[in-house]
Amino acid sequence: MATKILTEHINVPGIETFDVYRKQGGYTAVEKALKTMTPEAVVEEVKKAGVRGRGGAGFPMGMKWSFLAKPEGVPRYLVCNADESEPGTFKDHYLMKNIPHLLIEGMIISSFALGANKSFIYVRGELMYVIHILEKAIAEAKAKGFLGKNILGSGYDLELVVQPGGGAYICGEETALLESLEGKRGNPRNKPPFPAVKGLYQCPTVVNNVESIATTAWIVNNGGDAYAGIGIGRSTGTKLISASGHINKPGVYEIELGVPVEDFIYADEWCGGIRPGHKFKALVAGGSSVPILPANLALTLANGEKRLMSYESLSDGGFATGTMLGSGGFIVFDETSCIVRNTWNFSRFYHHESCGQCSPCREGTGWMEKVLHRIEHGHGHQHDIDLLVDVAKKIEGNTICPLGDAAAWPVASAIRHFRDEFMWHITNPQEATQPGAVYRGDLALV
Amino acid sequence: MTTESKPTIQFTPERLAKVQEIIARYPEGKQKSALLPLLHLLQEQEGWTSPEGMDYVASLLNIEPIEVYEVASFYTMYHLQPVGKHVIEYCRTGPCCLMGGEEVYAHLKQRLGIDTGQTTVDGQFTLKEVECLAACGMGPVFQIREKYYMHLTNERVDEIIDELSK
Amino acid sequence: MEETKPQLLRVTIDGIQVEVEPGTTILQAARKIGPEVAPPAMCYYQPLKGSGGKCRACLVRVAAGSEKDPRPMPKLVASCLTPVQDGMVVENTTNPQVIDARNGVVEFLLLNHPLDCPVCDQAGECDLQNFAFDHGKATTRYEEDRRTFEKNDLGPYIQLHMTRCILCYRCVYTADQITNKRVHGVLNRGDASEISTYIEKAIDNDFSGNVIDVCPVGALTDKTYRFKNRVWFTKPVDAHRDCPTCSGKVTLWYRGDEVIRVTARKNEWSEVTEFICNTCRFETKKTSDWTIEGPTKVSRASVISANKYRADAIKPSFGQRLAAAEYKPIHDERDTTQLSIQQLPPERFAKLPSAES
Repeated sequence: MATKILTEHINVPGIETFDVYRKQGGYTAVEKALKTMTPEAVVEEVKKAGVRGRGGAGFPMGMKWSFLAKPEGVPRYLVCNADESEPGTFKDHYLMKNIPHLLIEGMIISSFALGANKSFIYVRGELMYVIHILEKAIAEAKAKGFLGKNILGSGYDLELVVQPGGGAYICGEETALLESLEGKRGNPRNKPPFPAVKGLYQCPTVVNNVESIATTAWIVNNGGDAYAGIGIGRSTGTKLISASGHINKPGVYEIELGVPVEDFIYADEWCGGIRPGHKFKALVAGGSSVPILPANLALTLANGEKRLMSYESLSDGGFATGTMLGSGGFIVFDETSCIVRNTWNFSRFYHHESCGQCSPCREGTGWMEKVLHRIEHGHGHQHDIDLLVDVAKKIEGNTICPLGDAAAWPVASAIRHFRDEFMWHITNPQEATQPGAVYRGDLALV
Repeated sequence: MTTESKPTIQFTPERLAKVQEIIARYPEGKQKSALLPLLHLLQEQEGWTSPEGMDYVASLLNIEPIEVYEVASFYTMYHLQPVGKHVIEYCRTGPCCLMGGEEVYAHLKQRLGIDTGQTTVDGQFTLKEVECLAACGMGPVFQIREKYYMHLTNERVDEIIDELSK
Repeated sequence: MEETKPQLLRVTIDGIQVEVEPGTTILQAARKIGPEVAPPAMCYYQPLKGSGGKCRACLVRVAAGSEKDPRPMPKLVASCLTPVQDGMVVENTTNPQVIDARNGVVEFLLLNHPLDCPVCDQAGECDLQNFAFDHGKATTRYEEDRRTFEKNDLGPYIQLHMTRCILCYRCVYTADQITNKRVHGVLNRGDASEISTYIEKAIDNDFSGNVIDVCPVGALTDKTYRFKNRVWFTKPVDAHRDCPTCSGKVTLWYRGDEVIRVTARKNEWSEVTEFICNTCRFETKKTSDWTIEGPTKVSRASVISANKYRADAIKPSFGQRLAAAEYKPIHDERDTTQLSIQQLPPERFAKLPSAES
């Protein structure tokens, strides 16, 4: 049985309540950290664990923590990024809804480690019902003395605030999130300064994803070395994967990093295979912004080895033949899916979600969407394909925040791997615009 | 525009107490942080985010009205126009579409007899398209207020509309 | 001798070394060298705190981060916001990646721009026009519908032509920083963003007119001047008066004997040096109201200098000399064979005056 760090007790009836969570060993990590460890020791364990940011960027969490500036007399903040909005990703939603105390326990430990006395959980506003679940759990934890003044007699004070968003994907970008938390438009900030130096209210701030923060309870209980012993290479620990699309069992799965992609798709323990009677066409492995891969490249590396569910293996081959683990938004496409239509759909998403601050993203995302819309609706030109590649290139790397890259990669990768399908749309507009029409040309279906 | 006219909108006493509680969450002088939560409260009470309501929220937070307009118009959850009793926010993003989201949406539009952005003549339903609601494995999905409706099919949509129309 | 200025940092931009104070940005360091290496700035505006970083016109490549850490920076950086480090090496016009990105920015900014320069009051003093001249193409690859907005009055003095706006946010910072109350802002998001008051309101404030001066394009124009003239027909003159509200130091724009416009004075980067009040700007248009200081110094390359102020002309810069030397006629793709146009003899196309003349 694979190790479950986050979801071991998630199906225990009543786990959303303090008492049941406590009975399952909940809050023992808070006790251990506050009573027997220094904040530095907690940071050390997280560093040893090698856990990488689970929101998508994959930056080592312990290192991020160690960058936090600690000027005298200035408050420091921990902000949990629960603005989960990347298409294909629904793991934080699942975790918070089902086992809210795990996040709260992680927040207490992480805040203690960072020396924060007021911490925020920024939840996308659409998940208002989850906000109520979290607020209820916080009230319970406070009543039991795990939050508030002088927690467990340790002298440590912590208040947790749940903040609702207002409907904006961009607020998942950490500086846009901080702007939003300050009651402003979600315009990402130019960096530097980074939040570790000037974050919320211009004070040193750490922003971490829900899943990242939730791991700290297990790490404190079992030690960083034990966590680092799970997984493969620098991809330590477990990862929540949100699986959707044309599979038999969509849902959220906690896997040990290093599982072969093929096993994850076909094993009954996880996705349970492609839906009956259909074939595997393409995969978006880590949320809509990561490059799409055709089935053969999703399953195997260029050298013929099996591709694994890990940061390194998924990015093997760079963008030529690889992709990214990202947020773990695992979207499976069978042969009935139209890549052009999906690319247009994703492109519309980024166009809709661009904050509009910087010109390449504001103008470029709309341009790409319109061109893709034309191609999808039978009005494409052959030169549109190279135009899209060029526009994507002019956005990528030139914007204030990574939304520009996130908008450019799906377009560039879809054309890289499915150029013939785009060309078919352009040269056969009549046929391609029939309801349900899909390219049936030369494809490496599995 | 400095006329101190009495606001035409007023939070209920329970909500005013909530406003105080929300503002107290943030450090001294950072009350603007309460803007998004207050706009949610406003919309919960009024059904939409009206200019008068936004001016009222600005006065509660001691900020300029334009700061509220800028924010409210940036986020998609605030309805800047009056809406029907039930606002259906339908996910139009990729993973839901893979599960037949577009076909179900066509059925929903037909069933209600309205297009995206419109409200039924009886004022019962407003239809909005939204981007990913973070429930991709349960698609197609729509949301009405706080409630998620998942695994939608044409039949399921009919049931929901029937139920809400009662 | 080194001890005399120990605090200065050395930075090399396009092969030219300059010494600057710590905290100086790459863009300011480049401006110190001169206009030939100064990156274009469509949103950055030195007098306005917080401006910059948005248009991406000033992106440069940092080939070496500093003496201590000479690694290149992985991405192009906004030169207006990036502070220099000692020993930094910057590539601006010498790097093809930078030029490519900049060409891209112009293309993006022009996608939804109406290109109505022939009827735009800003023509001749427009940052976007200059930027497009330097980095734009004569053709467009954009086939889609352009975004348009209705014209909008912001009170009696200012007209907003949102379709021309490039969302630099300068007018928003101006209202925040030099007026007591801001009533306009950026509404909506993405490419639907617009400058607006949301519900119709006049911008009513002693210093509101400054938003016109800071606007890099013709989005905010002076209603008391609208369509009265072309900027190259006017003669700017520096003048001042004893004003109870502002410094009273302005530029008067003459046509013949008539003052048809009053603006704040600007430096060579088109930045206002001192903001002026609305009374000076909109309601003080008689020569007798002013003490005339003399002709405004104008770059000889500017259309405003055309046939005026030879004596005051500023020597053309390296960049302008280069432009003159590399002058190429714009290729006209229209088929003129069907028209009875006589080919002009090539000697009719005189070269631009060279710097030596």
